[in-house]
Amino acid sequence: MSQWASITDISTSVQSGSVTATELVERALSAITDATEFQAIIATTEVRARERAASIDERVKKGEMIGRLAGVPFIAKDNFLVFGAETTAASNILKGFTAPYQATAVERLEAEGAICVAKANLDAFAHGGSTENSDFFTTKNPHNSEYVPGGSSGGSAAAIALDLAPFSLGTDTGGSIRQPASFTGIVGLKPTYGLVSRSGVVAMASSTDVIGPITRTVEDAAVVLDVMSGKDDLDGTTIEKNREGYASLTDAGSVSGKRIGIITEYLGQGLAPEVRAVLDATTSKLQAAGAQIIEISLPTLPMALAVYYIVCPAEISSNLGRYDGQRFGHSASEATNLDESYKLSRGQGFGKEAKRRIMIGTYVLSSGYYDAYYKQAQTVRTKISNEFAAAFEKVDFLIGPVAPTTAFKIGENVSDPLQMYLSDVMTVGANLSGIPAISIPAGMVNELPVGIQIMAGHNEDRALLQIAKQTEELLG
Amino acid sequence: MSTISRDDILKLAQLARLELSDAEVTEYSKELTEIVEYVEQLNSVDVTGLKPTFYGSSQTNVYREDIIKDYGYATEELRKNVPSVESDHIKVRRMIG
Repeated sequence: MSQWASITDISTSVQSGSVTATELVERALSAITDATEFQAIIATTEVRARERAASIDERVKKGEMIGRLAGVPFIAKDNFLVFGAETTAASNILKGFTAPYQATAVERLEAEGAICVAKANLDAFAHGGSTENSDFFTTKNPHNSEYVPGGSSGGSAAAIALDLAPFSLGTDTGGSIRQPASFTGIVGLKPTYGLVSRSGVVAMASSTDVIGPITRTVEDAAVVLDVMSGKDDLDGTTIEKNREGYASLTDAGSVSGKRIGIITEYLGQGLAPEVRAVLDATTSKLQAAGAQIIEISLPTLPMALAVYYIVCPAEISSNLGRYDGQRFGHSASEATNLDESYKLSRGQGFGKEAKRRIMIGTYVLSSGYYDAYYKQAQTVRTKISNEFAAAFEKVDFLIGPVAPTTAFKIGENVSDPLQMYLSDVMTVGANLSGIPAISIPAGMVNELPVGIQIMAGHNEDRALLQIAKQTEELLG
Repeated sequence: MSTISRDDILKLAQLARLELSDAEVTEYSKELTEIVEYVEQLNSVDVTGLKPTFYGSSQTNVYREDIIKDYGYATEELRKNVPSVESDHIKVRRMIG
């Protein structure tokens, strides 16, 4: 059982004075201290969190309305700019960086009374699927510490599985919220591209980066999304939120009559039989509840991973150009001229995976290869998006596994980058086409959690959350 | 099939301004060759008549007035992160011989 009530209930209790924000922050901080062996957290923001809690408690005493997240503690992935601790993106090159301003998502959460208590571990710059690419340490899976928690939002996911806070924030560029959510048995939402402002979040691949909540329940994810989403002047790609918002999913009704497509192509691609069994059990329950389950083919989808591993490194090589050792971040003191300063600062400051991706990106964007790789990949991307759009003409939702397997062992894939990339094979499609997708816990296999993934069409985040909540209830 | 040689890696590293160790050059030569082999399957996809998708959203340019806005943080805060500062300026290495 969780030590946290639902986010809405916590907020109501703080507002009514039956629990104080200070008690909640202390509870989160002590849970963090008790769970240090899992290494989910890079740093706490305890001084600022305590100050904010005290100020919220003061305001409650004065009878002021705090907001919809009054006193609710949360943990941000360490690629969010947050006051009260360094922002490192788990990289050596950003070690020591203090945020001059906060991410819009964090500002919006704070405006409703939420309190950031800590920064969570990740694969450095969010490059990876296990947290093993963190320049600092590897987070352990709360269900079995010999296994990875997934990644790149592995620290954020482990933190919720460990019950350290009511919710955490992650980023999802190719599956980085959904895959760790599946590996640790919690809920992870990747909203429609542009629904949550990326201002103040360390950029990875700008055409697929999204921000989303990691929670214990779908209802909690909906509340957090509702607060964070919508247009922001500081991010030109942001879109308006749904007029009804995303919270209060009680009008969800029944799954009866909903058309849900199982993606044929996801049933191959090395899908472990035990993960398949969990998916089948889930679709059987949906069918028994009246949903129409239809197998549907997206023939170009198996190419999504190859597209992703061109597009993503290309954008990474460009986005990481700003780490030049001059304005912020690690700077090689021994350099004698500017060129040497760039090369040494970057060579010393970036970890292996960041360098690998910069190299791939530079290769596919370099003259002579641009058309063959980058342009071809972006055109195949169009084909994949068209196939998703055609699928959503026939069905309301798509369902499938999140990853081909359950969590893998720490160290198992580190020597083979391509094998590591394959853990994203079922999640990257949603990123390339920008559609929303969610991972919800669906069962356990060999004492490790398995999630299932549900996807919906563009801007159908509310409908997605509703079906996810219904499925969550069916799975009990 | 493309092989990415050590020379190719050195050239890319120069373009990307990355100092690599000898071991890294060898390693990346092998790994990039494997990754490029994997992504070459994309050449088999028929994309006749399709245009590339370069952006995450279908929005075109988003315009705004060019006005000065106060985002509430001081130059001090930005300067804290600068590796080398001299009398209010960011100090960089010599560029010209």
